[in-house]
Amino acid sequence: MRYGESFRVALDALRVNRLRSALTMFGVVVGVAAVVVLVAIGTGARDLVEREIEGLGSNIIFVAPGELSLGSAPSISRMQLEDVAYLGRVTGDESAIAVALNSGETVRAGRTQTFAGIVGANENLRNVFDRPLRRGRYLSRTDVETRRRVVVLGSDVARRLFGDVDPVGRQIAVAGGTRFRVVGVFAEVGQTFGQTRDGEVHVPVTTAQRMFGVTRVDFLAVRAPNSEAIPRLQKQVVDALQRKYRGERFSAITQTQLLGTIGTVLGALTGVLAAIAAISLLVGGVGVSNIMLVSVRERTREIGLRKALGARQRDILAQFLVEAVLLTSLGGVAGIVLGAGSALAISAASPVPAVITWWSPALAFGVSVAVGVFFGVVPARRAGRLDPVTALRAE
Amino acid sequence: MTALEAVDVTRTYTMGGVEVTALRGVSLAIEEGEYAAILGPSGSGKSTLMHLLGCLDRPTTGVLRIGGRDVAGLSDTELAELRNRRVGFVFQSFHLLARTSTRDNVALPLVYRGVPRAERRRRAAEALATVGLEHRLEHRPGQLSGGEQQRVAIARALVGDPGVVLADEPTGNLDTRTGDGVMDLLERLNRERGVAVVLVTHEADVAARARRRVHVRDGLVERDESP
Repeated sequence: MRYGESFRVALDALRVNRLRSALTMFGVVVGVAAVVVLVAIGTGARDLVEREIEGLGSNIIFVAPGELSLGSAPSISRMQLEDVAYLGRVTGDESAIAVALNSGETVRAGRTQTFAGIVGANENLRNVFDRPLRRGRYLSRTDVETRRRVVVLGSDVARRLFGDVDPVGRQIAVAGGTRFRVVGVFAEVGQTFGQTRDGEVHVPVTTAQRMFGVTRVDFLAVRAPNSEAIPRLQKQVVDALQRKYRGERFSAITQTQLLGTIGTVLGALTGVLAAIAAISLLVGGVGVSNIMLVSVRERTREIGLRKALGARQRDILAQFLVEAVLLTSLGGVAGIVLGAGSALAISAASPVPAVITWWSPALAFGVSVAVGVFFGVVPARRAGRLDPVTALRAE
Repeated sequence: MTALEAVDVTRTYTMGGVEVTALRGVSLAIEEGEYAAILGPSGSGKSTLMHLLGCLDRPTTGVLRIGGRDVAGLSDTELAELRNRRVGFVFQSFHLLARTSTRDNVALPLVYRGVPRAERRRRAAEALATVGLEHRLEHRPGQLSGGEQQRVAIARALVGDPGVVLADEPTGNLDTRTGDGVMDLLERLNRERGVAVVLVTHEADVAARARRRVHVRDGLVERDESP
């Protein structure tokens, strides 16, 4: 029997039992929709993270004490400002090495006050992280060496404290009294991981150390001249630091490596979620199998008649297999539409991003066809093997 | 030329672990264009014989030839093809597909022969005209009377131009007058188109219309009456 005929017969059989077909399909619809939605959200989350990490600048090696990996507890740093000069001698370019000491404090100008992230930085930090200025200048080497009380404001902080007035040359008070003179304002950069770096203020690292009563720096960042230089620099920096701070471990990783780690974690998470969703697809498939067995039983006499009229085993097999595949693939299409619609709705109504990749609906459709074949083949073979004499006599 | 031939055929079933012998050694030849009745009480083995003659089943022992071809060595697929080309069935309970039009019901054997759809529809309409139902092409079986339904089934048996029509109690579900009409039709087709008709029945007056009567009892041919 040609497939056109099988298709017509199958469509007719599904139409006759509309409610039953719809309920059977529903299991497949839910499974496919769940896979599409979860993959879309997983992909969206990964894209978001990757975009934000890329925003950090390229070829930057982050140096921190301990094993820097996702989920590890941060270690207390023993690194010093002098390490910039020390590492500069090792790598040959001191100006590509930045340090930072982080804290959060209230800042005040006149009667207006706001909360800001205080970054104690050396004069190289702006170049290493490529942070353009809107006004004034960045911290200088002299500022750092002489512990000047000067500050460069993030664009948000500048707006909150001074509104439209140019803040350069004005005074702000940090942490309940220490007065700083504003020397520059950063251009707006936007958010990273939901934190805005426009809410930072940069002060000389030496001034910050004195203010907070510490001698350490939190982390160190090295800008590589190009990506080929990265592995060599990583090794040089880690070796040099471990020589100096005996018994301690240091990590030096790039954003690409960080990206890889996060990508792997999110990819695995997406995979697990999709697998859980696929279980419901499996359950839907069992439903299809069940209904097909009922259908074969109900139509035993019809099968007997078709065989008497010359249908071969494979004609009957094809008829029921086409019916099962039609059931699941229609369910698959409905599921893709429902899933894509839900993903877009979630994306529009919440901060959760959802990205529909071309492959996830294609895969979901392929899987629903495969589910039809897999779960349809047992009932269809049973139908094909019926003995015509027995089948004709069936009630 | 012999259309169907059974030589010392036996058929044994296993039902619930018990062996039941339905045919004990039947020899029978149906010639082309013949009009024969197989007559016997229920349980005589006449249905089993019909199933064998129609290639729905295989003999346990003995030789069965359909159109001169021994079925013993044939696969299920070859048997289905033989059935499709050589034999037309008419059943007591009509066996029409309820949701399918008269025309598509009649065309069904051609589907399994790979005949294109337009050609199938044309030949089905012709076959329906032969049985006097050219005005019922798009009706569903449920919209037809019992006699009309059996005529549709006869058209379906004829559509593929088989050598033989096997009719299993064709009047069993019909009143006497309608039954007579169906018998008239079968006889006319036998006469005009030369198709062999084999009736299987337990009704003596139906069998009496056939030129040849084969009496079956306890799995054996008891008597073979020819005029």
